[in-house]
Amino acid sequence: MIALWRGLAPRTRAWLAGFLALLVLTPLVADRYLLSILTLIFYFAYVGQAWNLMMGYAGQLSLGHALYVGLGAYVAALLWVYFGVGPWLGVFAAIVIAAAFGGAVGWLGFRFGVEGVYFALLTIAAAEFTRIAFDHLAFAGGSGGLFIPYEEGRLGQWWNLRGGQLLFYYVALALAAGGVALVAGLTRSRLGYQWLAVREDEAAARALGIDAFRAKMAAVLVSSAMTAVGGVFYAFYYNNLFPAQIFDIGRSIELILGPIVGGLGTVFGPVVGAFILTPLGEGLIALTARLGIDAPGMKAVFYGLTLIAIIYVRPSGVWPWLARVIGVTERVP
Amino acid sequence: MTALLAVERVSKHFRGLVAVDQVSLSVMPGDILAVIGPNGAGKTTLFNMIAGVVAPDEGTIAFCGERIEELAPDERCRRGVGRTFQNVRPFPALTVEENVVIGALLRRPDVAAARRHALAVLDRLDLIERRALPASALTLPDRKRLEVARALATEPKLLLLDEVMAGLRPTETDRMVAILAGLNRDGLTIVLIEHVMRAVMALAHRVLVLHHGARIAEGAPETVVRDPAVIQSYLGAEALG
Repeated sequence: MIALWRGLAPRTRAWLAGFLALLVLTPLVADRYLLSILTLIFYFAYVGQAWNLMMGYAGQLSLGHALYVGLGAYVAALLWVYFGVGPWLGVFAAIVIAAAFGGAVGWLGFRFGVEGVYFALLTIAAAEFTRIAFDHLAFAGGSGGLFIPYEEGRLGQWWNLRGGQLLFYYVALALAAGGVALVAGLTRSRLGYQWLAVREDEAAARALGIDAFRAKMAAVLVSSAMTAVGGVFYAFYYNNLFPAQIFDIGRSIELILGPIVGGLGTVFGPVVGAFILTPLGEGLIALTARLGIDAPGMKAVFYGLTLIAIIYVRPSGVWPWLARVIGVTERVP
Repeated sequence: MTALLAVERVSKHFRGLVAVDQVSLSVMPGDILAVIGPNGAGKTTLFNMIAGVVAPDEGTIAFCGERIEELAPDERCRRGVGRTFQNVRPFPALTVEENVVIGALLRRPDVAAARRHALAVLDRLDLIERRALPASALTLPDRKRLEVARALATEPKLLLLDEVMAGLRPTETDRMVAILAGLNRDGLTIVLIEHVMRAVMALAHRVLVLHHGARIAEGAPETVVRDPAVIQSYLGAEALG
């Protein structure tokens, strides 16, 4: 962590410290609604980051990351509802189980040379199968959903993620910041360079002694484990889980838009993307509600149009351009 | 002294076509062997069998006395076989330095140490001023040298070069020849596929000539270029002209 910080240019450090301080102090002035929007932004920045690690750095397209969100959410919620195991412990079980699923998907794909779009189809299939399975798992509530009961006496138990908006704001902020630091650290490691090599040209990477299978497996394991942590947060923030919602392909797509808009394969791209897309989406919902229009697919259409517009203007994402404008460098030359 | 590389009667068929037919060769430590022959003679297939991209249908390949014909390309690289690709394949979105750092990380897990080694290699290949450029921005001669630099950064015992002179102007060819000769003086063993006879004559200790997948001549460069069979099948016009 210290080495990472030292590796940054002074100007980058100043921007980063200022931005982080601003977010830490925001609750002093912001109302509950603004905090809820920011919490959502941090959540998408975090899960977007996890996906970005796999796609942006290792070059493996997953269109089924909702699988890991859902598994993380269900595992932690079930442990809490049935056994009273708190999320701070449940998160480890969530990580292990999501990584096991991620490992299985990765092994099937990478071992048998399922690449590109075909690998993406495999990730969709895994998420869909799991959704259908959870629809029929009686102990997990089936399609009727799983609910974390509201208990007045537990409010304020921050260690069990029981609390108000302010608690979730800071937890989400910590997640997003931790995700940035983790990915920044990993991508500067030997493994990170191996991911880049595999992404750029797998045959050439292997000719340089890189075990491409191992590198790709590492990417899918880390990415699925990270995503599961986001799922645990989701479960305790919303307190209700429905297979048709959490495992839905729409959720998988939603979480990859941020990194694409922000800039694939950059550390701050997912953060910037979340800061652009989430307020736009929530703003649209607020607007249509005020106008009394009920159009359920509107947000998706709007995201689609935004994506087209941004990719047209900034094909490599907003962050690489923004970084140049404010004079910040991400990779140490 | 045992051979660094010993290829014994390897063959490779693609459907009905015999790409490589019972070819044997051996390379001693410190050697430079050039493999020449007309297009389609099986040179690249032979190369790919040594590097592990394609498996031979028959025959054996030994490196440092150990059989390697079943190993994956990355495992062969870890054992000390470095290679370049005929159509250069740098990592386009990465900088020149990052390209070479990735090679250097094979023997140096520490990124800072790998970077120091990469810079030394870049210096040797005259690419040090280009280190911050994306690899996609390089000219062909620079890309060819980047390809060599990246392979060299893995510290191979044997370097396989697939037409690194192709497309270079004579002055650039001479520069590459000088670099490779220097590396060989420092102990690097080299096997190269090459069409540019100027480079072959300047570098090779021995020349192997393939035609229709089979060996038609092998020996010192001066002897091989006077061999009637070689002139007939390959050098023809060039030797007469």
